[in-house]
Amino acid sequence: MTGTIDPTVVNLVVFVLAVFVGYHVIWNVTPALHTPLMSVTNAISSVIIVGAVLAAGPSEVDFGSAMGAVAVALASVNVAGGFLVTKRMLEMFKKKPKAEKK
Amino acid sequence: MSANLVALWYLTASVCFILALKGLSSPESARRGNVLGIAGMTIAVVTTLAIVAKGRLDLILVAMVIGGMIGAFVSRRVEMTQMPELVAAMHSLVGMAAVLIAVAVVNNPGAFGEHDPLPRGNRFELFVGSFVGAVTFSGSVIAFGKLAGLGKKFRLFSSAPVTFKGQHPLNLLLAIVMIGFGLAFFLAGGKGWTPFIVMLGIAFALGVLIIIPIGGADMPVVISMLNSYSGWAAAGIGFSLNNTMLIIAGSLVGSSGAILSYIMCKAMNRSFFSVILGGFGAAEGTAAAGTADKTVRSGSAEDAAFLLSNAESVVIVPGYGLAVARAQHAVKEMAQKLIAKGVSVRYAIHPVAGRMPGHMNVLLAEAEVPYDQVVEMEDINGEFGNTDVVLVLGANDVVNPLAHQKGSPIYGMPIIEANKARTVLVNKRSMAAGYAGLDNPLFYMDKTMMVFGDAKKVVEDMVKALD
Repeated sequence: MTGTIDPTVVNLVVFVLAVFVGYHVIWNVTPALHTPLMSVTNAISSVIIVGAVLAAGPSEVDFGSAMGAVAVALASVNVAGGFLVTKRMLEMFKKKPKAEKK
Repeated sequence: MSANLVALWYLTASVCFILALKGLSSPESARRGNVLGIAGMTIAVVTTLAIVAKGRLDLILVAMVIGGMIGAFVSRRVEMTQMPELVAAMHSLVGMAAVLIAVAVVNNPGAFGEHDPLPRGNRFELFVGSFVGAVTFSGSVIAFGKLAGLGKKFRLFSSAPVTFKGQHPLNLLLAIVMIGFGLAFFLAGGKGWTPFIVMLGIAFALGVLIIIPIGGADMPVVISMLNSYSGWAAAGIGFSLNNTMLIIAGSLVGSSGAILSYIMCKAMNRSFFSVILGGFGAAEGTAAAGTADKTVRSGSAEDAAFLLSNAESVVIVPGYGLAVARAQHAVKEMAQKLIAKGVSVRYAIHPVAGRMPGHMNVLLAEAEVPYDQVVEMEDINGEFGNTDVVLVLGANDVVNPLAHQKGSPIYGMPIIEANKARTVLVNKRSMAAGYAGLDNPLFYMDKTMMVFGDAKKVVEDMVKALD
């Protein structure tokens, strides 16, 4: 047991734990909200924008950073669209003040 | 910013994302959850911008503004019936972004703090991330086309399954060749452009080929599956960039999509593999049911309204036909009238009602139906024995009692047990069979009355008759 842990192993640890967390959290989501769940997970998966920003980052613009900038734009569509459409849908599930109660 | 600080901010953002998903356990907490999700995304993006602060921030911000404006515009304009298309389109963007990032990494690993040339371990992860991304992209484009009804113009987007001889062996062959080129990329000395690009090209083709044989009825599974893929693509890119933020968020989304696929498959009584292998739904609307020797009792909207207003308890079973006819507002109006007369009205939702998971709930919420009147299948099935009238609107297979009969093709599929109610009203446009291409004994029961016609027209007539 000497030496440092390889980053890939650390990544694997994070990955497996995150899958478990995801599994348990998602089973608790009420079926009525499965469509907002999809749109919000869509927005969350566009956190890939982080990778896109890193790709577009270098001070010298080259082929790679141009690809990165396009990826930033694509992911931004999802970030904004995903969260906003989720918000719009969730507003509809708001209890209306005059709604009849059984 | 030090690497440790970055990692801690990413951790904060990840916790926000987890809480955002946790919030979806009830409609009240869901809005707060969404705000936390936005907070998490902001933290993740600002942290990353700080890392590249010395680079071309201007370029990045312009790209963000352009993309953000398009996203905001679309999110405002989209109709709730179009949600499946929107979600499919968004999956494709995540897939494409993953591919572009992978290309940028191959081009200049140094920009991501990687060794140049890229070490083999990272190449393997990059290969996985980019091929999943490519499949997600082209598969989602096809799914989008099928959902948006582009099939009339382009055969590739037909909602009927597109099948040809040797389809599965071809897919398998392509997959093997793709892995071969992935291996070549893994072993290549320099940047490995050639094998990388060929591998990507095959992955794009595979995405198309995997989705075209899947029929319109299986779309809820397909969207969930592509949702899952988009998450795994993000996680794969996270591995190759050693970025925990991407790994965590990607895994959350990946497992979410996988669970939704599982729920959808179970609700349709289909195995995941039979959906993927496709060919189902070919009989969509065409299979003529052998109805010649059986009689159905049909009635007018007025007759139906009379039955409804004299009932004590009514359960409405909405199906996709209701969404197509955009009848949800009329239904809500009718329900309100009935409630005003002292009738108890509830809605029973089958998990696959609509074209994506939870779609029907959103459509009813849009029509301002209070969500405490909307009940999931398993919670209401026990109560049909005490229900006076069930009104089935544009649903078929999900109320087919054949599902309880051994040997029938849909045996074992969970259904809404409308057949147990005292009176059954069914609105359909015609006697055509549903997606499963099966006749429905529910329609021939003595206590069943069929009301033929467009759902919206029929329900509006019922509303008038109730006055």
